Amino acid sequence: MEKTLPNNLKFFLTIVLIFLIGILLFLANNKASEYVILILNLMAINIIFSVSLTLINGITGIFSLGHAGFIAIGAYVSTLLTLSVSQKEMTFLIKPLIYPLNQIQLPFLPATLIAGLVAAGFGYIVAAPSLRLIGDYLAIATLGLGETIRIIANNAWSITNGALGLKAIPPYTNIYWSWGWAFVTVLVISSLVKSSYGRALKAIREDPIAAKAMGINVFSHQVVSFVLGSLFAGVGGALWAHLITTIDPKSFAFSKTFEILIMAVLGGLGSISGAIIGASIYTVGLEFLRVLESPFKIGFISFPGIPGMRMVVLSVLLIVLMLFWQRGIMGRKELSWDSVYALVAKRLKKRGGNDE
Amino acid sequence: MTGAPAKGGFSKIGGDSLNLSGFLQHLVNAVSLGGIYALIAIGYTMVYGILRLINFAHGDVFTYGIYFAFYGVVLFLMPWWIAFVFSIFLTAFLGAFIERIAYRPLRNAPRISALITAIGVSFFLQNFAVVVFGGRAKSFNPQTGIYPTSFLNMINIGNVRIPILTFITIGIVFVALILLMWIVYRTKIGMAMRAISKDIPTTRLMGVNADRVISFTFMLGSGLAAIGGILWAMKYPQVYPYTGMIPGLKAFIAAVVGGIGSIQGAMVGGFILGISEIMIVAFVPSLAGYRDAFAYAILLFVLLVKPTGILGVEVSEKV
Repeated sequence: MEKTLPNNLKFFLTIVLIFLIGILLFLANNKASEYVILILNLMAINIIFSVSLTLINGITGIFSLGHAGFIAIGAYVSTLLTLSVSQKEMTFLIKPLIYPLNQIQLPFLPATLIAGLVAAGFGYIVAAPSLRLIGDYLAIATLGLGETIRIIANNAWSITNGALGLKAIPPYTNIYWSWGWAFVTVLVISSLVKSSYGRALKAIREDPIAAKAMGINVFSHQVVSFVLGSLFAGVGGALWAHLITTIDPKSFAFSKTFEILIMAVLGGLGSISGAIIGASIYTVGLEFLRVLESPFKIGFISFPGIPGMRMVVLSVLLIVLMLFWQRGIMGRKELSWDSVYALVAKRLKKRGGNDE
Repeated sequence: MTGAPAKGGFSKIGGDSLNLSGFLQHLVNAVSLGGIYALIAIGYTMVYGILRLINFAHGDVFTYGIYFAFYGVVLFLMPWWIAFVFSIFLTAFLGAFIERIAYRPLRNAPRISALITAIGVSFFLQNFAVVVFGGRAKSFNPQTGIYPTSFLNMINIGNVRIPILTFITIGIVFVALILLMWIVYRTKIGMAMRAISKDIPTTRLMGVNADRVISFTFMLGSGLAAIGGILWAMKYPQVYPYTGMIPGLKAFIAAVVGGIGSIQGAMVGGFILGISEIMIVAFVPSLAGYRDAFAYAILLFVLLVKPTGILGVEVSEKV
C-alpha cells in the first residue's frame, strides 16, 4: 500500500528544505574556514556537472564522453570576458588576443550566461553529426570531439593563450553564485524530466525505435537534451574557472569527464537526486582520501605519503562499483518526499510492532 | 600534448617536402608509424569483435609493455632481446588477467556497465603506474643500454638517409601481422575465435570453451600491443604513465575507421591514420600542433560517410 503526501505539503517541505540549506550555507559563508568554503563551492559545481551529465547520459541514454570539452568552452569564454583589459595584455605574451575580446570586460553574471550559451551553441553544432551514430560509436565520437576542443585550446594562441593557459582570473565565484546556479540547474533539469518531454527522453533511453514508433521525434529530443546539458556544463565551467582562478588546456583532459562520470555512476546513472548525492559524496570523499597522500602511522609503522594514491583508490572504487553495485546509490529512482515518508512510516511501524 | 617529441633517430625534414628524397623519407616513416598503430588497433578490434566492448585499457596495456621491457633491462639486467620477448609474454598475461578480473563478471551486464568498467581499468592502470613506476618520464634510449646503438645507424639510399630502426620496425610489424593472420585463419584456436565472434552460445554448444578462447584473444591482442609499445618507445624514446593514451586512442580510431571487428580493417585503418598523420604534417608544417586532431577529423568523416568503417559489415538493427 503506497501512501502519498498531499501536494501542497510536499511543496511546503521543499521550500523549507531549500530555506534550511540556504541558512546553512549562509552560516558556512560567515563562520567556516576558507578550506570548507572552497569544498562547498566545488561541491555545488560538481553537482552542476553531474546533473547535466545525467540528463545526457542517464535520462536520454546518449553515452556522451565529451563533457570536459563543454566545460572547457564555458571556462575559456567566461574568463576571456571577465579578465581586465590590462590583465589580458599582460597574459597574452606570445600572440596578442584577437580584436573584440581584447577591448571588453563584462561583469560575472553576463559572462557566465554567455559562456553557457556558447557552450550550448557548440553542443548544437556537435550534436547534429554525432547523434547520427549510436552506442559505442557515439561515445567515441563525443570523446574525440571533447579532445579536439582541448587540442584547439592548446594551439589557438591568439584566443586561449595556448598551453600557457589563463592566469589571475578574478575569484568571483562564491557560495551564492555556485549554489544559486546549482539550484537553477537542478530546478530546470528536474522540471524538464518531470514534463512530458522528460517522459519522451526516458522512452528514447529505453528503446529509440519503440519511441519513434510512438510518434516521438527522437533526433530533436536528443538534440534538446544534449544542448541543455552542454549549456549547464558551460555555466559550471565558468564558475569553476573563477573558483580556481587559473585554467589551461590540461585541466580539461578526458580525466575531467571521467571524474564526472564517477559521480553520476556512484549516485545512479539516470537519477537526478542520485547525481546530487554522488557529486556531494565524491567531493567530500576526495578530500578525505588526501589522508592517503600524506604520511600516516598505524601502530608502530609509519607510512610515507604516496602521491597519486588517491586516484588509484578512486579508480578501484569505480571498478568495484561497476562489478558489484551497478545501480549506484539511487539507481533510476528519484528521492522524493513520498519515498522519505514511506521509509519513515516503515520504520515507525516496525518499532510499533516491537512494542506490542 | 603531441604524444612525444619526434626524435629518436628519425631525422626530420623541414618544409621542402615536394622533392622526391624528402617524400621517400616521410613515406618510410609514415609506414612504420602506421604499422605500430595497426598492431595496437588489432587488439581493440579483436576484443570488440568478440565481446562488443571498447577495451579502453588497451592503450595502458601498451604502456605496461614498454615498462616491462624497460625494467627487464634496467632492473633485472636481462639482455635486451630476452627482456623484450619476456615483456611481450608478461603483457599478454596482464591482458588476460584484466579480462578475468574486470570484464568476465560483466559478460551478461548492460554494455554501458562494461564500458564504464573499461574506463575505470584504464585509469587504474595509469594511476597505478604513477604510484609504482613514478610520474617522471623514463628515457628509453640506446645510450642507456636498452637496445644496441647500432639500430640507429643510417642507411643511405640515393641521398636519403634512413635509420636501420625504421626498417626493423617495418619488418617486425609485417612478421607480426603475418603470424597473426596465420593464427586466426589457419589454426584451431583461430577458428574458435572467429566462431565466437559470430555467436557465443552456439559455439559453446559445439564444445568450445568460450572463456578460454576469450582469454586467448586478450593475450594475443595484448602481446601485439607490447610489440607495438616497444617499437613506439624506440621511435619516441621515453616512457611515462600516460604514454599509451594518445596512441591508444588513435589506434582505436584506426580500428573504427577500418571497420571495427575486422582484423584486415584494423590494419588498413592503422596505415591510413599513420600515413595521413605524417604526410599532412610534412606537407603543411604549420598544422603540426593539430596532428592529434587529424585522427578525430578522419574518424568523424568516416563515421558520417560509412558508419561501419571501410571494411566493416553492415549490420541491420534488430527491434
